[in-house]
Amino acid sequence: MKGAFTLRNGVVVLLLVWLALLPVYAHFTDDQFTLTLFTRIVIMALAAVSLNLILGYGGMMSFGHAAYLGIGGYAIGMLAHEGIYNGFIQWPVALGASALFALVIGALSLRTRGVYFIMITLAFAQMAYYVIGGIDRYGGDDGLTIYKDSQFGGLVNLNDHVTFYYVCLALLFAGVFIVWRLVNSRFGLVIQGARSNEARMRAIGFPTYRYKLLCFVIAGTMAGLSGALLANNADFISPSMMYWTRSGDLIVMVVLGGMASPFGAVFGAVALLVLEEALSGITEYWQIIMGPLLLLVVLFARGGIDGLLVQLGTWWQARQAKPGAPERVSA
Amino acid sequence: MTLFIEQCLNGLQFGLLLFLLAAGLTLVFGIMDLVNLAHGSLYMLGAYFAATVAAWTGNFVLAVILGVAATLVVGMALEVVVMRRLYGRDHLDHVLGTFGLILFFNEAVRLIWGPAGMSLPLPAWLLMPVEVLPGISYSAYKLSLIAVTLAVAALLYFIVMRTRIGMLIRAGASNREMVGALGVNIKLLYTLVFGLGAALAGLAGLMQAPILTVQIGMGENILILAFVVTVIGGIGSIRGSLVAALLVGFIDTLGRAYLPDMLAKVLSHNAAATAGPALSSMLIYLLMALVLIVKPEGLFSAGGR
Repeated sequence: MKGAFTLRNGVVVLLLVWLALLPVYAHFTDDQFTLTLFTRIVIMALAAVSLNLILGYGGMMSFGHAAYLGIGGYAIGMLAHEGIYNGFIQWPVALGASALFALVIGALSLRTRGVYFIMITLAFAQMAYYVIGGIDRYGGDDGLTIYKDSQFGGLVNLNDHVTFYYVCLALLFAGVFIVWRLVNSRFGLVIQGARSNEARMRAIGFPTYRYKLLCFVIAGTMAGLSGALLANNADFISPSMMYWTRSGDLIVMVVLGGMASPFGAVFGAVALLVLEEALSGITEYWQIIMGPLLLLVVLFARGGIDGLLVQLGTWWQARQAKPGAPERVSA
Repeated sequence: MTLFIEQCLNGLQFGLLLFLLAAGLTLVFGIMDLVNLAHGSLYMLGAYFAATVAAWTGNFVLAVILGVAATLVVGMALEVVVMRRLYGRDHLDHVLGTFGLILFFNEAVRLIWGPAGMSLPLPAWLLMPVEVLPGISYSAYKLSLIAVTLAVAALLYFIVMRTRIGMLIRAGASNREMVGALGVNIKLLYTLVFGLGAALAGLAGLMQAPILTVQIGMGENILILAFVVTVIGGIGSIRGSLVAALLVGFIDTLGRAYLPDMLAKVLSHNAAATAGPALSSMLIYLLMALVLIVKPEGLFSAGGR
């Protein structure tokens, strides 16, 4: 009615412009720190977007999403350690390994629901953490340095920070686009139907288990890509990148940004990581503020940032509409 | 053979310890339908409280008693201030809210006790080995742990199955509105149950403290094992968590002790050295996967919820 312009869309556009022009800003102000920070934010946002697909739209409360970050990252690191730097080999292996892990874990954990699902995904992710931490050949708990980024035969040079940032940003946009297309397709409607009433979806003839499993695998693969990017970004991998608190961070991003909204997870990733950075600038003990803050978000701001923007937008529009209101009242 | 019996006792001790944690977790979930990730923080707090009291007074028994009491108080306060507001909400809210609590508790401990960690020294009478069978001696402390946890398990069984409070707890688990309508102060009951779960976690933490060091985040890894136990045993079932905890305790301990050697007989020495530790840390998760395939709702599911 009011056209496509709402407060939320305005903020989305601003965020996109900021993300797209960030390297330009960094170049002119010589602010490498912001570029590094936002490269990490964009990569984590990709993982959060993938989690939003299963958590926000599919209602699958996975507490093991960081496992794919580790698996994607270790696929890159292990191959690099064996002397294979070709990105055309590394990246498909990273995606394939994450997809396979998601398939096995998903097939087992989707047999259950609710709290069981949370605990089981958490437990399997921790299993992956311990197993990878136990392999001495690839550094064990100490991690592994990657001496050379993925090589794409002169096509793109990931060593260049700006190029790498744009690669990450392009993949994030692609991820948001894919999730948006998926959830609006027939497939996505089945997934969302299964979230609100699985028994009914099954009764009308959808094999929801298979739909959910496929959705779980897609999300896992996307998160694996994020892991591959993380490895190339830090040139170092360690089991800590898949520790369970990292899975918790990803859930926080999704909920903080606003579940089941296309850009919500991106909002959440930016907000959480910028907030972390800001708080850790104030005090060494920043988590003592962050913890209660999370609790407050859970208790009082269920829709997250996205919901807040929508609410603010409607409130503003209602305010704008007021001058016209008396006419209708008098009639 | 000596070693085998010793490892079995280790398995028993570890299993019983897991039971203390899992029982609290499953009690709180079964009755309040609350997923509490911060259960591991209470385990950590129990250890820190006990270590502090021990450092002040030098009395181990006093440290244990005050440690459990302090965790009970913290647990009940936590219920009143935070958890109460989470009942009836989505499980995702529980996960996020209690995740926030973990961050808070870890940082609070770092602020109060410093990052270095502490130790809880044992008194002399618990340090000497005891001859359990002719020719086989075992740590007196671990034996007393087994005795204490068995006693606590029996007490828990008695409270839940044989007392009025236990009857209310069980009634609350099956229909909370009805219990409330019958005039039971359900709020107080919930606070008590949460405090009980916290005290069990605190006891587990301070009992493990002399064996390992008291440090930040010590509750997190063992909490995940407690989750595995709960999933295997069936959420909400205390009997199930006892069986599953013993199973996990034995398999984990014996697997770590013997699997690498057994692999070495089949595989080459190098391959066994690599695969052994990784595989033995996977064993209990494989057990969990197996249980899920056969009985997705756990061995002793409480049924209905």
